[in-house]
Amino acid sequence: MFWLLLKDLRILRRSPVLVGTLVLYPAIIGVLIGFALSSPPGKPKVAIYSGVPTGHSVVAFGGEKLDVATYARDLYRSVTPIRASSPAAAVADVRSGRALAALIIPTDIVGQIQDLIRTGVGDPTVQIVLNDRNPLERDLVQQAIQTRVDDVQAAITRQVLKTVVGDLRLVLTGGTINLLGHTLNLLGLENTRTIVASAVDSLGPKSQLTPALQQVVKFADLAIDGLAIAGPQIDQVGTPLTVDQTQLSGKTTPTASYAVAIAAVVLLMFVTLLLAAGMLALERSENAYRRLLSGMVRPDELLTEKVLLAVVCALPFTLVISAVISAFVPLDWGRVELWVLALAVAALAFSALGVAVGALARDVSVASLLAFLISLPVAFIALVPSTVVSGGLATVLNVIAFIFPFRPALEAVANAFTGVSPGIGLPLLHLLVQAVVFAVLARLALARFADR
Amino acid sequence: MGHAAAALSVESVRRRFGDRVALQDVSFELVPGELVALIGPNGAGKTTLLSIIAGALSPNDGHVRLNPSQPTHPHHPGRSIGWVPQQPALYSKLTVAENLRLFARLERVEDVDAAVERMLDQTDLRARAAEQVGRLSGGNQQRVNVAIALLSAPEILLLDEPSASLDPRQRARLWEFIGQLADEGTGVLYSTHDVLEAQHHADRVLALDHGRLVFSGSPADMDWSF
Repeated sequence: MFWLLLKDLRILRRSPVLVGTLVLYPAIIGVLIGFALSSPPGKPKVAIYSGVPTGHSVVAFGGEKLDVATYARDLYRSVTPIRASSPAAAVADVRSGRALAALIIPTDIVGQIQDLIRTGVGDPTVQIVLNDRNPLERDLVQQAIQTRVDDVQAAITRQVLKTVVGDLRLVLTGGTINLLGHTLNLLGLENTRTIVASAVDSLGPKSQLTPALQQVVKFADLAIDGLAIAGPQIDQVGTPLTVDQTQLSGKTTPTASYAVAIAAVVLLMFVTLLLAAGMLALERSENAYRRLLSGMVRPDELLTEKVLLAVVCALPFTLVISAVISAFVPLDWGRVELWVLALAVAALAFSALGVAVGALARDVSVASLLAFLISLPVAFIALVPSTVVSGGLATVLNVIAFIFPFRPALEAVANAFTGVSPGIGLPLLHLLVQAVVFAVLARLALARFADR
Repeated sequence: MGHAAAALSVESVRRRFGDRVALQDVSFELVPGELVALIGPNGAGKTTLLSIIAGALSPNDGHVRLNPSQPTHPHHPGRSIGWVPQQPALYSKLTVAENLRLFARLERVEDVDAAVERMLDQTDLRARAAEQVGRLSGGNQQRVNVAIALLSAPEILLLDEPSASLDPRQRARLWEFIGQLADEGTGVLYSTHDVLEAQHHADRVLALDHGRLVFSGSPADMDWSF
């Protein structure tokens, strides 16, 4: 077996293009996939036309003021704004592809909001023009703009409710209000009730006015109780929900570290699968397979040698790449022995899958194609969160992810890199079982197809 | 020659591939120094028979026995058999010497370097020893293919259509070389489509048809209209 391993390493050394591709391709793909999945979405370009003159963006109601420009600034931070000189220019930017969407804010938007608050009538409207070329981009930009518009709506609602609650409190307890430059004293329900109750006491039970005034006192009592409850309830409507976020397992993998784990596993998967499958198929395409099996090597030894070859080549390479990336992303170097363990066991499982693929193929190109065809969907399916698809499909995806080594490898490597849950034991056991199963399948495939 | 002790005995060998019967009750013997041609149309079972004798395929039934002093080896008759597959079974990225050294080690030849040197001389490949096999001509690749089969100095040499890809000059050199091996006592069994080859380079002819051995005798006794 040692001599076969040495032979394969020598063949690889003499195939610089193959080795270069085998190294560069998965390295680039792995790093790109890792960071694409963990990076926040980019800022979409949005053409913005605002007809609101500078300094005229304040909505006033009651004693409160709300500067809509504050929320516009938030919007500008979540997109890449392109200032447009007119609504037509904003739409032209979308048509030309310079911007993914346009947000058109009419000149009188502040007045429209003001009127709505004062009269309850009106429908203040901003216009969003979307690019229909790319549905994904369209959804992204629509979400970004809608979120900011919702922020403005929520802020106005909060302010209106705050004013309403203040006014109700004034009706309840009394106080001063400023109306058209004049300060007015409001008596308030509580004071009114006190005065009327005093009048009832001083008139005595025989007065003809007493029953009528007692009805006023009863009404005042009911109104006071009702407003005392209603005020805080209305105040709460502005922010009805509070999110209390708890993570069940305490810590989760940091996004950047998870990206490195994805990159490492993708890298490992490509190198091991392609090497194990390709180098086993090479024995057949070079016609050496039957000669080897004519008493020189047992099939089990041949499979073991190919698995070892793939592990020996892929493990150091993946470790080096991970170590290099750790210069930019925090990984727990105190657990480096677990890095080696997780990557080695993952490499073993992928290599076993690789020899199973190689045993089915007659030549290297078919084996490589099969390895690619299997590895890409396996990685993709394992990375799809089961919660984003419907029940039946989620089950199917979970079963596929369970059968192939990508998901347990990712769990094991992510844990090894950062020491966060889920633990490393179960994924490693899962990978070892997969390695045995795929090795048995490879042995059966070799026996089945050897005669052909 | 027919009265010498058999170096190889094939006894009632049968082989199926699914429903297809490739070999049916094939039996014969080969004595040391005998040069035997295995002929038959395509699909007659020639390659299957050679693969079974070489140990690369296992029979469904029957035995392949190396000389009487050896035990029965239904699957791996041992390394006293050298096998030359029809297509060169070589690593094209390795040099001639590296291929020879690798297979010598895999065959557990005692003195690897001496065996490699011997084969480089015997097959006249010394000048090409450092060349990658993939860059050699078809004829030279076939010589390396034969050299590998001879590394362990086998008692029996099996060749599957050894001259198929060679030009006339290369064929002549190959048969000269194989004749020398037979003269030195190696039992040689080769398959061929070429009637003239079987007539001129065989002490005995075995004819296979649909997996059955239909003739075993000298070329002179063979009905060549078969």
